[in-house]
Amino acid sequence: MDMKTIYLLIPLAPLFGALVAGLFGWAIGRKAAHTVTIGGVAVSFLLSAYTLKYLLGGGEAFNGTVYTWTVIAGVDFNVGFLVDTLTAMMMCVVTFVSLMVHIYTIGYMSEDPGYQRFFSYISLFTFSMLMLVMSNNFVQLFFGWEAVGLVSYLLIGFWFKRPTATFANMKAFLINRVGDFGFLLGIGLVLYHFGSLDYATVFQQVAADPAGWQAKTITLFAGHEWNLLAVTCILLFIGAMGKSAQFPLHVWLPDSMEGPTPISALIHAATMVTAGIFMVSRMSPLFELSDTALSFIMVIGAITALFMGFLGIIQNDIKRVVAYSTLSQLGYMTVALGASAYSVAVFHLMTHAFFKALLFLAAGSVIIGMHHDQDIRNMGGLKKYMPITWITSLIGSLALIGTPFFAGFYSKDSIILAVEHSNLAGSGFATFAVLAGVFVTAFYSFRMYFLVFHGKERWMSAGHSHHHGDHDDEEESHDHHHGLGPNDKPHESPWVVTLPLVLLAIPSVVIGFLAIGPMIAGDFFNNVIYTNLEAHPALEQVKHHAHDALAMGLHAFMTLPFWLAVAGVAAAYLFYMVKPDLATMCDRFFTSIGIKKLMEEKYYMDHLYINGFAAAGRAVGTVLWKVGDTLLIDGLVVNGAARVVGFISGMVRKLQTGYIYHYAFAMILGAILMLSFWLYVWGVSGVFSN
Amino acid sequence: MIPTSLNAWVATPEIFLLCSACIVLLFDLFVSDARKQVTYLLTLLVLALTAVLTIQSLQQGLALSASGVSAARFAFNHMYVADPVADFAKLGMLLGVALVLIYGRSYAIDRGIFKGELFTLTLFSLLGMMVMASATNFLTLYVGLELLSLAIYALVALPRGNVRASEAAMKYFVLGALASGMLLYGLSMLYGATGSLDVYEVSARIAQAQFNPMLLTFGMVFVVTGIGFKLGAVPFHMWVPDVYEGSPTLLAQLIGSAPKLAAFVFVLRLLGEAMGQFGPLWGEMLKYIAILSLVIGNLAAIAQTNIKRMLAYSTISHMGFLLLGVMTHSEIGYAAAFFYAMTYVITAAASFGLIMLLSRNGFECENIADFKGLNKRSPWFAGMMLMVMFSMAGIPAFVGFFAKLSVLRALVDSGLTWLAVVAIVFSLIGAFYYLRVVKVMYFDEPEGELLAPAGELDAKLLLSLNCLLLLVLGVFPNQLLTSLSHAVNLTMAGSAGMMLQ
Repeated sequence: MDMKTIYLLIPLAPLFGALVAGLFGWAIGRKAAHTVTIGGVAVSFLLSAYTLKYLLGGGEAFNGTVYTWTVIAGVDFNVGFLVDTLTAMMMCVVTFVSLMVHIYTIGYMSEDPGYQRFFSYISLFTFSMLMLVMSNNFVQLFFGWEAVGLVSYLLIGFWFKRPTATFANMKAFLINRVGDFGFLLGIGLVLYHFGSLDYATVFQQVAADPAGWQAKTITLFAGHEWNLLAVTCILLFIGAMGKSAQFPLHVWLPDSMEGPTPISALIHAATMVTAGIFMVSRMSPLFELSDTALSFIMVIGAITALFMGFLGIIQNDIKRVVAYSTLSQLGYMTVALGASAYSVAVFHLMTHAFFKALLFLAAGSVIIGMHHDQDIRNMGGLKKYMPITWITSLIGSLALIGTPFFAGFYSKDSIILAVEHSNLAGSGFATFAVLAGVFVTAFYSFRMYFLVFHGKERWMSAGHSHHHGDHDDEEESHDHHHGLGPNDKPHESPWVVTLPLVLLAIPSVVIGFLAIGPMIAGDFFNNVIYTNLEAHPALEQVKHHAHDALAMGLHAFMTLPFWLAVAGVAAAYLFYMVKPDLATMCDRFFTSIGIKKLMEEKYYMDHLYINGFAAAGRAVGTVLWKVGDTLLIDGLVVNGAARVVGFISGMVRKLQTGYIYHYAFAMILGAILMLSFWLYVWGVSGVFSN
Repeated sequence: MIPTSLNAWVATPEIFLLCSACIVLLFDLFVSDARKQVTYLLTLLVLALTAVLTIQSLQQGLALSASGVSAARFAFNHMYVADPVADFAKLGMLLGVALVLIYGRSYAIDRGIFKGELFTLTLFSLLGMMVMASATNFLTLYVGLELLSLAIYALVALPRGNVRASEAAMKYFVLGALASGMLLYGLSMLYGATGSLDVYEVSARIAQAQFNPMLLTFGMVFVVTGIGFKLGAVPFHMWVPDVYEGSPTLLAQLIGSAPKLAAFVFVLRLLGEAMGQFGPLWGEMLKYIAILSLVIGNLAAIAQTNIKRMLAYSTISHMGFLLLGVMTHSEIGYAAAFFYAMTYVITAAASFGLIMLLSRNGFECENIADFKGLNKRSPWFAGMMLMVMFSMAGIPAFVGFFAKLSVLRALVDSGLTWLAVVAIVFSLIGAFYYLRVVKVMYFDEPEGELLAPAGELDAKLLLSLNCLLLLVLGVFPNQLLTSLSHAVNLTMAGSAGMMLQ
């Protein structure tokens, strides 16, 4: 097989599985549906791994068109692939995590009536994400971007009978529309100014004359000149903010926990949310030329990293804790992008994909064990009942908080290093945010860990009257059994659930140690990600450290982030294991000064959107609907036009008398009219005079 | 005159078809009425073999052009040409005719017209179309056209006892004779004006200004009248609804699909090649005919309750679209029109095939109301009908959309944006009646007894593939589009080269 065939097969195999399971799932049954989808993703994963090996072994990167869909006004709309090391790495991560999620789903969704539909969706999702990362042009990127958005909408609202789920999927969809609007404008600017939608062409133009492009301005409003690249990059990044859930477009992500747990792992660890980070890295030649855009990105990332971490502390739903930690980690990646350390961001994306997928799936395993009770206050002491889930969760948490030698450590410390050495505006704040974030991450991660796996077995006393706070609706609509009775015992999940946990735990430990050398210090991303080291020297410092993974790990024990993490774990231990009264006291203190309320309301962002923007939009819409639509368009234009059309068509129908001589007459009349008309017209215009 | 010889090998597909048709005719005498399946299979075999020969000719033509030689191969003293346009069109016709026979088999058996005449006359009409596609002389063109028309008149009258069919045949014949007369009259005037019957010779004489302009204008008007009749364009369209409604559905499919391709090539040779110099002038004529067709076709279709009449008016509007592509007299316009005609053949075949599938055992599926609740009876065929209607309405992702888009693009390229806007407005109006069928199938309660689609497995399977093809071609239109436009470019370049001599 030549490489082009392989590249074609990689996205098409999951698509095939999705189509078979989706269209014929009712006929072929559950087993065949999961076999064909898992088979598709497995093929895709193996070929991705082969691709990565091929590229590492010195194989040529591929950049070519597979199919030209259409050409409009000289612009090609192609289906094409750009497969280089960045793409290959993303492909491996996406397909591996997706494969794990597919296997896990067999166990998690075993009782669900929509089994085949679910498999079809997650395979379709994998296909969309692969199309996104493998694209070599903006059109296909946008296609993948939107397809991912669409399937995430379907997946979040998978249990479409629950009102909260449909609300959440609508929310995710609408918020992503806001981001996509910016993204589309950005693509429009690229097309307008570069005249091409092909990555290579655009990047070549930029590389040919960086200073010229940097100086280029556009006029958005009369009298104000804006830097072209800054505007373009910020618009593109707004798209990334939607997909990668950056403040203030982050609000959809926590709500999307309404979907079944496997999709949380798929959407929030490996695929959809990483799309934004991937896109910015892919566009590094553009972003690198705009300090304004980079500063903007760094500040947005820093806000997300720190403030979303805070919210993780007060969550009681096991999945929401992990969701907020995802937001915070995405903030870290964004900060790294802002510091021009694209390779570091992508590196964190990869390590995060493994340990976050692990944490989500482990949370799902706990949920199965707790019979669909998700409140961590009802858990405790699960360690002895669910040993595999326990040990893998511990590994995931250690990786997340950045324990030396674990995967998360290398990527997170590289980010902190990069930010510390960044010379852009906003890097001071960002440094503070990422350092403080280390403490916060350690605190909420281990708060959850201790509450779930250690301490008293609280489900005994919790009984069934444990509806609290904002989870009421969600739990009530969970119509089947949930929660353990006082005499029940949790059980370890079946092997289809624990196997993915174990397989994900392995890279969560070792991938950082193994990959940091080539990916950060080495030449893995040479000619793929472009960093202007003279203007933005931050990466140079990271490279310096990253060169020796062992030394970096040992050195960590003397650095601030490590001790912040230790402090976070210690605080969590103190508050939730040793002295639970202390936690209650703090709770009361923060409630009294109003901060608790602020956090429970998630900084009032939802209020702003729902009661502010959405309400205003609806008010405008109502006016337009009543006056514009009902009165003018429906009444005058639509019904009026329909009446006119109906009248004319009745007339035309009458012309069709059925008499042959009428028909013949019409023909002859037509010929005579044409003849006289043209003889006259051409006679006048002098055609005959020559 | 370009020196040529008999060179009969070039016409192998037609010669083979002619001989086979005669063999089928004789063979059928020895087949009893109960065993006409044998003749049917033999006919399909003939079609398949003719297709193979046509493909060979096509490959030969493409190979010639790739090696820098003209792809056009002449025969019979320059009266016949085999070039890629002709070969592509012939393949479309062969497919269209094969689909008529396959979809219509059970229908024809039910109605007692599954006879030898059906097959031989169909083969002769096909021969007529193929001759039209390859004709480079006014006489060959006319002979092909008459062969096609006469065979079809007889076919429509095949159910002799049926009053409506006889009426339809009569109307078609009388009006067709009138149109043929006008066309022949027009051709004779062209001969009078230029002194030649050869397409390229006429073109050359016009280029050298050796013609009588007054006579040429008269001739052109009459020729356009004849073409308008064949395509069913307004105001020469009156026969279309009556003939569609009256003739057996299987023959409506035959009339409504493959001959449109023949008519397209006819237009290309006669107007595009022979009178290319006058492109702007006859383009002006076609423009008004096209607009009228769009207006009348779409508006009248809305008022129909009979689905065959509705499809008849929809054909009229589609031909309007096709003429819009032709009237730009540009290579991109011809390519768009060719693509339009080609995809229209398979779309129309699918629509009539579905109607026949629902017409069983004496029940004639005629009214749009007969489709009520089809989704409950047979979700699969409701889905197929939905695809056909969407494609005809030009909804994206179906091939109809791409066909319309390429015509619109040709219009915009020729600076006729306002015409593109008119076409879009009338397509929008047209979408109403297509979507009404969809609405009736999915949202209306079925009336009376539930009639499940009957029909043989092969027809059902092929019909499903046909409908899916509408989607596949809509997503991947490029292969076909580039092949067709390459063929058109070769032909137009060839005729431009001829003119210089």
